[in-house]
Amino acid sequence: MIAALAFYAFAAILIASAVMVVTARNPVHSVLFLILAFFNAAALFLIAGAEFLAMILVIVYVGAVAVLFLFVVMMLDIDFARLREGFQRYAPIGAVVGGILFLELVLVLGSWSFSGQANELRLSPNPGGDVTNAMAIGRILYTDYVYLFQASGLILLVAMIGAIVLTHRTPTGTRRQSIAAQVSRSGSVALEKVPTGAGIGTLGIRRPPVAEVAKPAITHDAGHH
Amino acid sequence: MVIGLAHYLTVSAILLVLGIFGIFLNRKNVIVILMSVELILLAVNLNFVAFSAFLNDLTGQIFAMFVLTVAAAEAAIGLAIVVTYFRNRGSIEVEGISTLKG
Repeated sequence: MIAALAFYAFAAILIASAVMVVTARNPVHSVLFLILAFFNAAALFLIAGAEFLAMILVIVYVGAVAVLFLFVVMMLDIDFARLREGFQRYAPIGAVVGGILFLELVLVLGSWSFSGQANELRLSPNPGGDVTNAMAIGRILYTDYVYLFQASGLILLVAMIGAIVLTHRTPTGTRRQSIAAQVSRSGSVALEKVPTGAGIGTLGIRRPPVAEVAKPAITHDAGHH
Repeated sequence: MVIGLAHYLTVSAILLVLGIFGIFLNRKNVIVILMSVELILLAVNLNFVAFSAFLNDLTGQIFAMFVLTVAAAEAAIGLAIVVTYFRNRGSIEVEGISTLKG
């Protein structure tokens, strides 16, 4: 009974915040409602018994993806009023397409049932008992699905490299050390053997053999765009 | 009043339709389109988890985790493209993206 009430409450808030995500005027509000939707979806996952996935949803989606959205929305100086032109124009066709799709989904839902062999065809039945959800997932994720697990790690690596390559800019206007130019200075640097125990008092102050001449300006930002 | 599979499927169907409606509604704003795609993937995850719970089969939760991974990668790459595009054009209107070359 309590679980049912909680399900209805979380589902209602989830759908309401999803509506706000797509209709909010300000994209910052959209992102905040997206975070609310993720929290409520995590609660629905909890009610369904997928505790590990619920926590992953909160950590990955709210902690990383939604904050990334928020960061980009606030970093870019976008004229959002101009982007909302045509908002009303596309609403009817969107409502028609969405309504048809929803009707089709309801039709599928109404005339569908589990196969009689569904229980025998399970790939990895839930062990139950005192095995927690996270432990059960770990048992099959690192054994049966280890290659898929590695592949998803590879996907994340490629995404990270891609995002860095796409957004990285070599900074211009800053002066950085150019080791090659420094080492190849000639004339102003001399190497001398200093006798043991001799100091400035006996040797005198050593000056470079040739006074340093002004160097041509070195540009560091050539060919890095 | 018992929560069955149909309840979960209805919620996720509504969520999916809202995501698609959002793509139609915000045709010019790439960021909101990406958020709508996230909503659609959330609906998919809800379906996976619901079937996993009611069939008592953990494979659905594993699949949902991989969907989560791909969604995170997609959001990162999509937002990186948005940032690069905004630097080049000073706007994120979807209409102008077809003018990109090379």
